[in-house]
Amino acid sequence: MTNALTVTAPEGLPFIDFTREFDAPVTAVFEAHRDPDLFRQWMTGDGFEMELDAHEFVSGGRWRYVHRDGNGEYAFHGMFHTVRENEFAIQTFEFEGLPDVVSIESLTFVDLGDGRTRLEGHAVYPTLEARDGMVSSGMESGMSSGYDKLEALLSSTKVG
Amino acid sequence: MRRTEADEVRLDRAFAALADPVRRGIIARLSRGPATVNELAEPFDITLQAVSKHIASLEQAGLVTRTRDGQKRPVHLAPAALEELTAWIDGYRLVHEQQFRRLDAVLEKAKEKKQS
Repeated sequence: MTNALTVTAPEGLPFIDFTREFDAPVTAVFEAHRDPDLFRQWMTGDGFEMELDAHEFVSGGRWRYVHRDGNGEYAFHGMFHTVRENEFAIQTFEFEGLPDVVSIESLTFVDLGDGRTRLEGHAVYPTLEARDGMVSSGMESGMSSGYDKLEALLSSTKVG
Repeated sequence: MRRTEADEVRLDRAFAALADPVRRGIIARLSRGPATVNELAEPFDITLQAVSKHIASLEQAGLVTRTRDGQKRPVHLAPAALEELTAWIDGYRLVHEQQFRRLDAVLEKAKEKKQS
C-alpha cells in the first residue's frame, strides 16, 4: 500500500508543509537523498529528463539540476545550508526562470523505529505570491497528469 | 485554487455521474466527437430510453450539452466541466506524490540489494 502524502499551504503564510512516511529505515531514506545517483532516479519523472549538475549533500554544498521536456528547459539551483546525517537538512531553492525568488526548505528525517521513517518538509517563500506561484505552476503539470488519469479511466471503459 | 460550495456541489454531481460504467462509456465516446442518442446507444445492450436517461444525468452534471440540430440533437462533451473535474487534483501534491512513489521504489530496490 502506498503511504499517504499530506501537503498543506496555510492561508496568509508563505509556507508549504508536507509529511510522508516510508517503509524503510532512516539511513536508507537519507542515503536516497544524499547519493546523487539515487536522488536522480526518484527525481526523474515521466515525460522529462533530468540532468544533475551538482549535488553536494553536505553543509555548505551546492546543488543544481535541469529538467528537460518537449517544451524546454527548467533549471533550479541552491545551497545546502546544513546537512546532519540521518536527521536534518536545510537548503535554498531557486528556479532560474524566476531569479532572486529564493525559498528556504527544511527536511527532517524522523526515525519511527521498525524500519520506518517519516519525512517532514517545510518550505518558506519570500512572499505569498511566490508561494502561490509555486503551487500553481505545479498545478499545470499536475492537471495534465490529471487528464492522463481521466483518460485512462475513460479508456478502461470499453466502447464498441 | 479555492473552491466555493457551489463548485463542490458541481464536482460531487460530476463524480456521481461518472460512477456509472455506461455513462463513462458515453463520455469516452463523446471525447472523439459529438454523437446522437442512437449512436451512443449502439454499443450498449440497453434500451434507447435508458440511454436517454443516462444522457440526461450527464447533462444535469454539466458534463455534456445537447444542441438543437433539427431532429437529431447531437450530444457534445462540455470540456470546461471536465477541466474542472481534473483540476481538483492539486498539481503540486501530485508532482510530489509521484516523486515519493519513485523514492519508495528506490528504497525497495536498496532493501533487496542488501538482502541478496
